[in-house]
Amino acid sequence: MLRFIAAAFLAASVSAFAADGDINVVIENHKFTPDRIEIPAGKKVKLVIDNRDATAEEFESHDLKIEKVIPAKSKGTVFVGPLKPGEYKFVGEFNEKTAKGVIVAK
Amino acid sequence: MFGTALVVFREVLEAALIVGIIGAATRDIPRRSRWIAGGIAAGILGSLAVAGGAEFISKLAEGMGQELFNASILGLAVLMLAWHNIWMSSHGRELAANAKRIGGAVREGTSEMSVLLVVIAVAVLREGSETVLFLYGIAAAPDSSAGLMAVGGAIGLVGGVLVGWLMFAGLLRIPLKWFFSVTSGLVLLLAAGMAAQAARFLIQADKLPSLATPLWDTSWLVENGSVLGKALQGLLGYDAQPSGMQVIFFVTVLVAIAIGMIWANRRMALVRPSPTPA
Repeated sequence: MLRFIAAAFLAASVSAFAADGDINVVIENHKFTPDRIEIPAGKKVKLVIDNRDATAEEFESHDLKIEKVIPAKSKGTVFVGPLKPGEYKFVGEFNEKTAKGVIVAK
Repeated sequence: MFGTALVVFREVLEAALIVGIIGAATRDIPRRSRWIAGGIAAGILGSLAVAGGAEFISKLAEGMGQELFNASILGLAVLMLAWHNIWMSSHGRELAANAKRIGGAVREGTSEMSVLLVVIAVAVLREGSETVLFLYGIAAAPDSSAGLMAVGGAIGLVGGVLVGWLMFAGLLRIPLKWFFSVTSGLVLLLAAGMAAQAARFLIQADKLPSLATPLWDTSWLVENGSVLGKALQGLLGYDAQPSGMQVIFFVTVLVAIAIGMIWANRRMALVRPSPTPA
């Protein structure tokens, strides 16, 4: 129960946080939602990227040194951090014009 | 169209540079073109297979299959390049001197080339599977001007191959006196760089700690995403913001192969002392 309350509190305070601490990001129409993800600085965080498009996407961030292909209609997991406070850009390499976002570590 | 060309160019570049270096480094080995072509063909077939099985690979190892797959094939390439360099430091000079006369050299050249076939196949496979997925995505988009995109892809491909060929042709112009030192130096850096990239995938998969990230930041000089950054990444595993673990992998592999080369060289000198009397 306590855990549930804590989780609910966490979910309410940081909207991008899922209940279990994972952060869910959706790719749809070659765009990321949310495209601005806030995470705590100095902590390792798990991002679950849900590609709902009919084509593969490559989640790529030079700032974060991540490069991961997310096949069509499937989910991919990436670990981020621990990061210093700051902004870290990421893109969908296969659709760089529309698929852009930023991770903000605070 | 231009965007497509650039993406394909960046992907092809790394593989093309590696093929260029290996093509030059093996110039005295008989029938090497056939092996190189075989490596490229195997890499392309592998790319199609990996792109087709991308979903399957992704789901392995609790969603970390792709990272572990990349790290493993990079590790395999590092071993093969290490073997090549150590082999070359004992046989290279002799091979160059006697060119294609020795039967033994042909036989040994065969095992040497089969090792490098694997390296070329891995290089093509790594970049190729992403290119296949990217182009497939474009072709599958309902509003795509597929014709223009195909032209863009072809321009990118030709551009990448051209740079690889320039690397090859440039290396061949190096005088024989320095040739082996230059090519084995490049292969050494290539192997160390691949090890650093393998480390990056293992960190990404959460199998290794990153240790002090970043150790330094040279983004102001060469950015990771730039064409030069991509080329340097392919050649020596360049990373503008490397983690401590990447640097450890790079240095360890560099030193280990260098020691192997020195050892092989010394051993050859002992077995076959120079013909000039002391």
